[in-house]
Amino acid sequence: MANSEEVFSKVQAALVDALGVEDDEVTPEATMVGDLGAESIDFLDIVFKLEKAFGISIPREELFPDDILTNAAYVENGKVTAGGLAELKKRLPWADLSKFEQNPRVQDFGNLLTVNDLCRYVESKL
Amino acid sequence: MRWFWIDRFERFLSGVEAVALKNVTFAEEPLDDYLPGKPHYPHSLIIEGMAQTGGLLLSQLDNFEARIVLAKVSKAEFFALVEPGDQLRLTARLQSVQPDGAIIEGQTHVGDRLQGQFEMTFAILDESYGDASFFEPVGLMRMLRVLRLFEVGVDQHGQPIPIPQAMLDAERTEVQGYDLSPLG
Repeated sequence: MANSEEVFSKVQAALVDALGVEDDEVTPEATMVGDLGAESIDFLDIVFKLEKAFGISIPREELFPDDILTNAAYVENGKVTAGGLAELKKRLPWADLSKFEQNPRVQDFGNLLTVNDLCRYVESKL
Repeated sequence: MRWFWIDRFERFLSGVEAVALKNVTFAEEPLDDYLPGKPHYPHSLIIEGMAQTGGLLLSQLDNFEARIVLAKVSKAEFFALVEPGDQLRLTARLQSVQPDGAIIEGQTHVGDRLQGQFEMTFAILDESYGDASFFEPVGLMRMLRVLRLFEVGVDQHGQPIPIPQAMLDAERTEVQGYDLSPLG
């Protein structure tokens, strides 16, 4: 089983390759969208590279809970409700949602994912 | 000028792999002036040919109705120039297909020699990008016939890939509209 360092190193390589960023830009705290400049089409590439690097399968909904974020039962006035947050935590146990919880605007969710979140997600699949 | 950078399909296995041929001739204008004194087929057009090969491989999965655009060339490495008289063989393999896009890996060869290798991401546009078709069905069908896609194309059970009914219907409608009266 890969240790955290090995996981980070492979995730870093995948991101450098997919996003054309430098090694030192891919820090654990870097956000995928805001800091590394990932666009929606890049996630297809990133997921593909991670699947290949780790020999895992990544179902789309595990990383992108669009169904929760567009479900009227979980969103009110553009913000995720307490019930929605509970669903997100259940779906994404590897993600650090503490900051998002303070002001859970749906539009901010896209910029939530950090490199560290991605590493923890991959580790949960190994 | 036509914007087709493959001449015909040699093999087309639905959802898996497409192999296309491109004969490079000295008569083609893009070979001129690219590197004076050393005419060769531009790498950018090899990338476009690979995108056409892979794009049609992806598009066939949806009877050529999905609106597909090349979103990203993740890798394009070249190991040799392609010169007049060479026949380029482009092989595209579908690696991943998702509702909003797909990834292909490709290789080009001249004879047995590996000429280039590629990785590309295609986006499949949804209705938020409008609903206009990219291709007029009769024109697209004629292009696919010229490329011999329906001659060599098979599904994963080895059965021929049929011409989509919508294309045949569009062709029938067009032919019925011809005014043949001057012929008596």
